[in-house]
Amino acid sequence: MHVLAETTLIEPTLAGESDRTSRTAERAACFHCGLPCLDSSFTSGPKSFCCNGCLTVHDILSSNGLGFFYELTAAPGIKQKSKPRHEQWRYLDEPRLRQKLLDYTDDKQSRVTFYLPAIHCIACVWLLENLFRLHPGVARSSVNFQKREASIQFAPDKIKLSEIAVLLTSIGYEPTLTLGELEKSTTKPPKKRQWLQIGVAGFAFGNIMLFSLPTYFGLDSLSAPIFKNIFSWLSLVIALPVLFFSASDYWKSAWVSIRQRVLTLDVPIAAGLAALYLQSTYAVILGRGEYYLDSMTGLIFFLLCGRMFQQKTHERLAFDRDYKSFFPLSVTRRSGDREEQASISQLSVGDTIVVRNGELVPADARLISGAALIDYSFVTGESEPIAKVEGDYLYAGGKQIGPAIEMQTVKAVSQSYLTSLWNHETFQKDRDDNLNTLTNRYSRRFTMIVVVIAIGSALFWTVTGDWPRGLKAFTSVLIVACPCALALAAPFTLGTTQRLLGRLKVFLKNALVLERMARVDTIVFDKTGTLTANSDKVSFSNTSLTSTEENWIASLTRQSTHPHSVRITESLSEKCTFLPVKRFTEAPGYGLEGEVQGHTVWIGSRAWLKKHNADSTTAGAANGNSVHVAIDGQYRGAFTLSSALRPDTENLLRKLTAHYEIALLSGDNERERERFLHLFGSTPNLNFNQSPLDKLGFIKRLQESGKVVMMVGDGLNDAGALKQSEVGVAVVENVGTFSPASDVILSATAVPQLYMILSLARRSAWIVRTSFLVSACYNLIGVSIAAAGWLSPLVCAVLMPASSISVVVFACGMSLWAARRTLGKVEVTQ
Amino acid sequence: MSVILILILASLFMALVFLAGFFWAVRSGQFEDTNTPSMRILFDERMPEPGTEPAKHETPKKKISAD
Repeated sequence: MHVLAETTLIEPTLAGESDRTSRTAERAACFHCGLPCLDSSFTSGPKSFCCNGCLTVHDILSSNGLGFFYELTAAPGIKQKSKPRHEQWRYLDEPRLRQKLLDYTDDKQSRVTFYLPAIHCIACVWLLENLFRLHPGVARSSVNFQKREASIQFAPDKIKLSEIAVLLTSIGYEPTLTLGELEKSTTKPPKKRQWLQIGVAGFAFGNIMLFSLPTYFGLDSLSAPIFKNIFSWLSLVIALPVLFFSASDYWKSAWVSIRQRVLTLDVPIAAGLAALYLQSTYAVILGRGEYYLDSMTGLIFFLLCGRMFQQKTHERLAFDRDYKSFFPLSVTRRSGDREEQASISQLSVGDTIVVRNGELVPADARLISGAALIDYSFVTGESEPIAKVEGDYLYAGGKQIGPAIEMQTVKAVSQSYLTSLWNHETFQKDRDDNLNTLTNRYSRRFTMIVVVIAIGSALFWTVTGDWPRGLKAFTSVLIVACPCALALAAPFTLGTTQRLLGRLKVFLKNALVLERMARVDTIVFDKTGTLTANSDKVSFSNTSLTSTEENWIASLTRQSTHPHSVRITESLSEKCTFLPVKRFTEAPGYGLEGEVQGHTVWIGSRAWLKKHNADSTTAGAANGNSVHVAIDGQYRGAFTLSSALRPDTENLLRKLTAHYEIALLSGDNERERERFLHLFGSTPNLNFNQSPLDKLGFIKRLQESGKVVMMVGDGLNDAGALKQSEVGVAVVENVGTFSPASDVILSATAVPQLYMILSLARRSAWIVRTSFLVSACYNLIGVSIAAAGWLSPLVCAVLMPASSISVVVFACGMSLWAARRTLGKVEVTQ
Repeated sequence: MSVILILILASLFMALVFLAGFFWAVRSGQFEDTNTPSMRILFDERMPEPGTEPAKHETPKKKISAD
């Protein structure tokens, strides 16, 4: 997008063109943003700048004593897209909207958190945290680098919210405000509470273990009995907050699963905790028997650590976004002759809105005026922008390329063709995947066995006449079988694998996704943006061009923001010199015309060239995207733009077809059917012209026939399919940009590794099962001792940490080994 | 023997102080962003006051050129 905007800023100057041509080989880098300076007219002392925007920012910063910005990193700035306009942000001051955006406000101080995608280096952090030097109304600001967020405290009577947005934009950090912003939850994430729970459990565990030392070594009789009393009472008191605060989540979830009549692992954990504490209270109050409070607090401490380990979250990424995070917060509305910024929620049917270059169509609308060229690639999967004429129907979500257009809304934002997808039932229910995890399937059997053994041993000792021993055996079995090791196996295995995958830029929503990934047997691919890259391959056919001609063409295409022009400019810019263009005209939907160094150049469609009497009959068969070129009335050939398959795709699909059923699901037309036919195995399952709802239905049908489906897609049109499938994988070009709700966010660079990622998931599931076996062995030993009635606090204190730690070591070690074997070629250890 | 009692109480008190410190650290948000503070430590403190002569930062140490 910024490439489009750039070209509008740089005005080629006519003066001194010829000598500049010879010097361009040594273009200076812009002091502010580091991009090559195509123009030498923007300088400040010895520093040169690529455009006026960069120069302005530099001047603002250095005149406010913020020159240190440039010392932190070389060329840390961001290229200025356009001059900030205050009108553009004025809607932020509307009281209702303002209230929703502010984190906190009173008369003297307000706080707002902006998402600033431009944050990319240490200098950005420094600059944004010194924002108060640029405006006295800003009190302080702090940056969260991972989230690309700046939280700004300001005095509302000195600076308005819109002025802060303008200030940020003027130094290159334009806030991104989306519709989803308004719904951000004000409740703090539970992370803080979890840290506190671990802290309390760790504190209690350490202290109670110290108090229990005399008991371990049987020193009771040697030391004064008063110590045993004090120690045991202290332990009992210290263990209370652990029981009620640290373990509160286990009580809750155990209660929920009992009410739902499902046996999850939390039930035996809660039973074990209850047995431990009751037995200990009984022992302390009556002053006889042993207490196991050290084991109880230790158990909770380990469990909480496991949970924290598993809950690795990728802060930069959001896995639950819908179209609201993609749509802007405001639109330009026209009433009469006046243009105003209105928030999207105020938009009603029949409003006239203006959509500029690069902006989104916010609701289904009818084009009133202007040349619309709409890029629907993210919405429908069509790879080519579509030209629309007045009166045409425009779907929400398309991006306008080219000049500003006017349209009248036909439907409300939430009722539009695309956005109505989110009203589908698939989005209404939350998938409850916690019940069917590997851990829970095993724990069902485990709980049954433990209960049988506990009752069995109690009965056995009662029948043999030793009922106190029977009671002790009963509680001991419950205590010792408390499934700590079982509960730790999955978090540590899956958590380790999740971290390793993160280094490959494969981000999982949570570690449990891996288990589902291991069960996948069918993989469905989207085409545009998933299998093919969004950047096109540009090649020139027919005759070859001289470098002078290439210069002419590049100079002409640089003036245009049409995606084809931009791509041609990009492909030529390496070797080209840009020259001034005279009499430049652009006919939307047709092509470009201009005069460079006295030669007239036409670039565009065949019809465009025909109109200018340039014969293009020598051109070969047009295959989709050709851009024809004529110079001085002479046909020279055509650029072919083809969306290239991602590297290694053939290889990936070949490997996948051997083990999985695969299918293609594209919103694009059948133009490229031939190309994919041989890639999708012997019985290719290719589907084109699929609407977002079709995609969802396709996945559903597969699932009804018993398949476990993984959907790999990238656009909003895949959102339904991603949500419906067992594993939804969203492919993104830049990590951190918008991606629809999914289970996995996959960087485009990691797509070729998909097969390896899947095999790693299967290996992880195997490791989890093996870890269960290891912990089962420990339980066998422990339960045998307990059933015999020989359990003592010392045995418990040794057995429990030993089993937990060895399972953790086993799980982590095996996962690392598996990752190294599977992903060997791709560097896992960095 | 009573000295042990005092020692126990003292050690428990110390542990409680540490626990309180941990609570403070969590509450003040130190566990929420563990990445940005590591960058902040690299910033120089030698900042001029706003409004004063910024001249000494005018000339950057690094020269950037394309060649």
